Amino acid sequence: MADRGGTSSGGGGNGAPELAKKSRKPKYSRFSQQELPACKPILTPGWVITAFISIGVIFIPIGLASLFASQRVVEIVDRYDRDCIPRNVSDDGVGFIEDAKANKTCVRTLTVQKQMKSPIYVYYQISNFYQNHRRYVKSRDDKQLWSPKNERSSSDCKPEDFTSNGQPIIPCGLIAWSMFNDTYKFSVKDKVLEVNKKGIAWKSDREHKFGSDVYPKNFQSGALIGGAKLNSSIPLSQQEDLIVWMRPAALPTFRKLYGKIEVDLEPNDNITVIIENNYNTYSFGGNKKLVLSTTSWMGGKNDFLGVAYLTIGGLCLFLAISFILVYVLKPRPLGDPSYLSWNRNAAGHLN
Amino acid sequence: MDSNPPNETESSYPSCSSSRRSISSAQSKLSRPNSLREVTLGDSGSKKFRNGSRGGADSQGFSVSQKEISDEDARLIYINDPARTNEKFEYAGNSIRTAKYSVFTFLPRNLFEQFHRVAYIYFLVIAILNQLPQLAVFGRGASILPLAFVLLVTAVKDAYEDYRRHRSDRIENNRLALVLVNGEFRDKKWKDIEVGEIIKIHANETLPCDMVLLSTSDPTGIAYVQTINLDGESNLKTRYAKQETLSKTPEKEKVNGFIKCEKPNRNIYGFQANMEIDGKRLSLGPSNIILRGCELKNTAWAIGVAVHAGRETKAMLNSSGAPSKRSRLETRMNVEIIILSIFLIALCSIVSVFAAIWLRRHRDDLDTLPFYRRKDFSEAKPKNYKYYGWGWEIFFTFLMSVIVFQIMIPISLYISMELVRVGQAYFMIRDGGMYDEASNSRFQCRALNINEDLGQIKYVFSDKTGTLTENKMEFRCASIWGVDYSGMDGMIFRPKMIVRTDPELLQLAKVGRESQRGKHVYDFFLALASCNTIVPFVVDTPDPSVKLIDYQGESPDEQALAYAAAAYGFMLIERTSGHIIIDFWGEKQRFNVLGLHEFDSDRKRMSVILGCPDKSVKVFVKGADTTMFSVIDRTLNKSVIQTTEGHLHSYSSLGLRTLVVGMRELNNSEFEQWHFAFVDASTALMGRAALLRKVANNIESNLRVLGASAIEDKLQQGVPDAIESLRMADIKVWVLTGDKQETAISIGYSSKLLTSKMTQIVINSNSKESCRKSLDDAIVMAKKLTSGSIVSHNMEGSSGAVITPVGLIIDGTSLVYVLDSELEEQLFKLASMCSVVLCCRVAPLQKAGIVALVKKRTSDMTLAIGDGANDVSMIQCADVGVGISGQEGRQAVMASDFAMGQFRFLVPLLLVHGHWNYQRMGYMILYNFYRNAVFVLILFWYVLFTCFTLTTAINEWSSMLYSIIYTSVPTIVVGILDKDLSKRTLLKHPQLYGAGHRQEAYNSKLFWLTMVDTLWQSVVAFFVPLLAYWNSTIDAPSIGDLWTLAAVILVNLHLAMDVVRWTWITHAAIWGSIVATWICVVCIDAIPMMPGYWAIFHIGGTPVFWWCLLIIVIAALVPHFVVKFIYQYYFPCDIQIAREAEKFGNLRGHGAIEIEMNPILEPHQR
Repeated sequence: MADRGGTSSGGGGNGAPELAKKSRKPKYSRFSQQELPACKPILTPGWVITAFISIGVIFIPIGLASLFASQRVVEIVDRYDRDCIPRNVSDDGVGFIEDAKANKTCVRTLTVQKQMKSPIYVYYQISNFYQNHRRYVKSRDDKQLWSPKNERSSSDCKPEDFTSNGQPIIPCGLIAWSMFNDTYKFSVKDKVLEVNKKGIAWKSDREHKFGSDVYPKNFQSGALIGGAKLNSSIPLSQQEDLIVWMRPAALPTFRKLYGKIEVDLEPNDNITVIIENNYNTYSFGGNKKLVLSTTSWMGGKNDFLGVAYLTIGGLCLFLAISFILVYVLKPRPLGDPSYLSWNRNAAGHLN
Repeated sequence: MDSNPPNETESSYPSCSSSRRSISSAQSKLSRPNSLREVTLGDSGSKKFRNGSRGGADSQGFSVSQKEISDEDARLIYINDPARTNEKFEYAGNSIRTAKYSVFTFLPRNLFEQFHRVAYIYFLVIAILNQLPQLAVFGRGASILPLAFVLLVTAVKDAYEDYRRHRSDRIENNRLALVLVNGEFRDKKWKDIEVGEIIKIHANETLPCDMVLLSTSDPTGIAYVQTINLDGESNLKTRYAKQETLSKTPEKEKVNGFIKCEKPNRNIYGFQANMEIDGKRLSLGPSNIILRGCELKNTAWAIGVAVHAGRETKAMLNSSGAPSKRSRLETRMNVEIIILSIFLIALCSIVSVFAAIWLRRHRDDLDTLPFYRRKDFSEAKPKNYKYYGWGWEIFFTFLMSVIVFQIMIPISLYISMELVRVGQAYFMIRDGGMYDEASNSRFQCRALNINEDLGQIKYVFSDKTGTLTENKMEFRCASIWGVDYSGMDGMIFRPKMIVRTDPELLQLAKVGRESQRGKHVYDFFLALASCNTIVPFVVDTPDPSVKLIDYQGESPDEQALAYAAAAYGFMLIERTSGHIIIDFWGEKQRFNVLGLHEFDSDRKRMSVILGCPDKSVKVFVKGADTTMFSVIDRTLNKSVIQTTEGHLHSYSSLGLRTLVVGMRELNNSEFEQWHFAFVDASTALMGRAALLRKVANNIESNLRVLGASAIEDKLQQGVPDAIESLRMADIKVWVLTGDKQETAISIGYSSKLLTSKMTQIVINSNSKESCRKSLDDAIVMAKKLTSGSIVSHNMEGSSGAVITPVGLIIDGTSLVYVLDSELEEQLFKLASMCSVVLCCRVAPLQKAGIVALVKKRTSDMTLAIGDGANDVSMIQCADVGVGISGQEGRQAVMASDFAMGQFRFLVPLLLVHGHWNYQRMGYMILYNFYRNAVFVLILFWYVLFTCFTLTTAINEWSSMLYSIIYTSVPTIVVGILDKDLSKRTLLKHPQLYGAGHRQEAYNSKLFWLTMVDTLWQSVVAFFVPLLAYWNSTIDAPSIGDLWTLAAVILVNLHLAMDVVRWTWITHAAIWGSIVATWICVVCIDAIPMMPGYWAIFHIGGTPVFWWCLLIIVIAALVPHFVVKFIYQYYFPCDIQIAREAEKFGNLRGHGAIEIEMNPILEPHQR
């Protein structure tokens, strides 16, 4: 019989011994009869209203707290890419930046509005730079960064993989090639503000991703210089600027950590910043900003989460109130069979 | 009847064997004809007339070998000369191979078969595209992961199944059988048996191949076989060796001859061959062949010649799989899949267009752009690298976006659906409520892909006999020579079966032939006892002095009649092909069977020519009244004929199955004439079946009516309730039966199909014109009845009781004019106004025609249920075919999608499992669309921020694992286990089945709502992190991890919100998936070679990450939650109310209960 094989694995063996034929009656189990104990929650108005009220009650404080934290963060943002070009060449930024002889130094003065508690993070922010462009993100070789054995990089790095005479470039690829190379020097009241550039990259990257015995080789030796050069006597694991740059930003406008200032800044302090404006964002219309920022427990200055929490919390409270109103005005008894369609139809004829 | 305790017999049969020896020589003069079976195709009568042995009805589903053997269609087998037999023609050896693969062919063949499915080809194409260097969106490993995963799972499953087949093949092939080699029988492995060899089988052994019988231990050459492995029938069948070969002993003398037989075919009830032995030519029929898989019973040994071996045996040719159908839901789903494909193409086009615009705007900068760098300056002459020109770049962007957004088309859904259906089938098979004690059979799921169709059935077409009724026949009453004997008070116990007897008739039968009346009674019961193909068996009982007689036969009607005859003292105790012995109140009488014309569906009767002990020759005929009265000599005994007709009418209106018995004495010349014709016909090579029919028609004429018998076929348990439930569920039940109109109507009443409230419209027409007219009249009447009732209904304002339901009764003759003509439209119009349709006297093909008529005109789902071979065509025609594995063979089951033991299981099958399956599958499809689209849209939004270059922040492994590990298990578990309502509620309120009719679980409104919800959820999941990390140092892998986790938690919680019943398995699946996702994300980020190394630990250490997750989940789900609540609370569907009632226990107020008890009268019919 066709079905015998199919069910041979089944529990047919519970037949009473006196039965000559094995009974094929399915063995009873709560599972096979689909009678497992189960919880059957139903959306009753009580539950729904309680849920909305509790969401509101939880979200509004969170929203307020985040908003408050965000407001407390002090941030100084200074866009310098336009102003750091001499007036006479202001409409030819590209030409200026590509001119190796031109003096790129630029002095900016920033005023502290509110007290800034240390540590103060120094970021550079670039916009319109697609670090997440397909050609760009792929153009790296993590194996090469990790160990000198993998010196000869994979083809992902093209065109920055080998020099014209076939020597491998370390670190290879477009990402490393286009490394940011503006520098900032800070001073307040002629006193130099030290910028700590140690520990700006992730510890995990330093220790496991970038090899301590991998040294830069043949870097930026091509015809076209993309950005910063690296000291070939320092291993990659200590090239923290590189490590920071090599973490690809998620969005076309991004900040990257430049360093930390570990003194407090008082209100109305004037910070003098000496910028070496080397990096070419002019070719793609990107802008460069210098950002000094304190942090809170919520991170940097961003009101969005606070506002979002307040909105959702408020909305839920509003929904809760309207459900209460509707519930009071037009309740429906739960499980009333007169609402069943076949009963409703019959009742419908009455009217 | 097997369950009757054996010791209930009071009479014993001491000496069956004494008379066995006395085979008269007179008989051997007459060349004993074999009962020849005939196979016809097409219109093969209804079961009611199946009082002969296997008629044409059973050959319905098979290819047919009606034609006579011509040379090119023949196989030539030299008896006991396998070398010569096999030298010219390549006949298959006897080793069988059900396994599909060998070790070497497994990989290529299995892959080849797997890639027959569209889903896998899609996966493959995407994976291949991704291997092109220009399009390498994902790494090699990640891109083939989904394909490898499904291939592996399927291959492991196939390999295991095939291993089991290999094992059983090996066991089967190495069984031993006795084969004649060099003059003695030696053991030989089955696989080495060749066509042409002579094989000896002992009792209870299984046959290794199809063979023609040469001789058996029985001196008359009878062998009994059980064909349970072949067609599931457990009764014994008789097979005959030819007279001419009986005496041969192949060990001693060489048997010279050959057999010319038809080519191997699947018809297990047909066989045509000729044997030429010692220069004599004999014809062979299906009763001379025993088939592989049968078991020899009650016969010490049998010797035969192998004619078909191995894969050419009928058993192997018949082992085909279940039919494949596609479910309605899946067909609907494919429409939405096309919509999703359009979405996909739209998304890809948007990306391509934007990419083109971007490239155009930056065409001058591309060479040096730090993140593009079109030119390679390392060489003297800078040239482009990885840039193929504007057009190609756009084209590649398009293809790449197809790769990235591939899961927009949820191909994995097809695989999930298969798994879910397997799970659902498991629960249907294991349902204790659908296990039939009587036949010890479980529910069977033969087709795995239409489970959810069970939830949308609108029309049920049911057979009557064996489906609504038990097909266990009981002799109820008889009309003999115009006298009705139906006082059934006395009861005597008889072999293996209790027959209620009429005391007066019993007395008459005892007295014998003294009186005129007694003579008719004698003839009547002689006819019942002899005019059949029943084989009596003597069964031992624990008490040695008591022997039981067991009647084995192929038709339950015949069995009932033989038992009845026995109860009245006409006990058939021995049957060989040449004679029968009847124990007449202890006195054994021997009758020579001179000829037997088996039942066929054209004649609808059978006849036997008996040589009586007093040297007279009589022909007894038994058959359906329609055909019997045409061959009865109406000039004789007019009054008897009239009263018999009256009795027939009254019997059938009681729901009894009636047969008419007639007889005639033959004088010598008539007999001689018949005999020559018969011998000629039965050895004819061309058109044997037709010739035999002609001979039969000649002899079956000018009969004297003896009387009529009435057999009761009891309703199956629970049928009225089941029909009531189906009607309440707004399922239309049509009964299609071969029975007479009166019988059908009375069964209709007893099964509550027809009620006294109903107005019956009966259509019996004999011509197309009258048919048209009665249809028109009926439509007018039905309209009046239904619309008129609405008017009165509205005026009186009472609820529904005034509607006059209409029942349509139409017979097969009228259907001949209706089907395949323009009247079909009329009939359908009429039928759709009627709440019940009863078609009587319909032929199998008409059954299918009616199903097709409904299928053509509505989009509603049809289900056909039946048990016999005559239902096969209807079962195959309907959207869902259900077979009853009952008394008759297994052909209905073999053709069906689902098989079960009892009609009443239809109720749990449709109302409970069908409902659940539909709800589950509907939800699962929508959820899968949503689940994949959310993820794709998140990817898409990100692409807008990457210069349209198809970068994904989400790790490539995560995006591949998303639909495999992160989110697949819960949907499958919910698809298998979730129950919207309990079994009790569903059975109590059959109206809840309407959800399937109204397509509540899956429709385009729901689809679009889901898509809007999807859009919102993806926007929230994408933009909250984006804005929260705007102008920050966030790197792509970190925010990608956030998006991954947000999406996974979101879709799992979305599912959790829609789960109705939370069992521990559901909990484990949903929370387990979320945990598994975390583990996977952590593991992926722990690999230093990945660009996102350690990202999750960094981002997970910041509070913003957690705040983002929380608000994404809440904000994304609030609209779904609110809409769901408002719908459930203010626009509740029936299911919702029933669920609440289930939870809060009660039906409040007794007014409500009253409403519920009102009859359900087609609420949609207005």
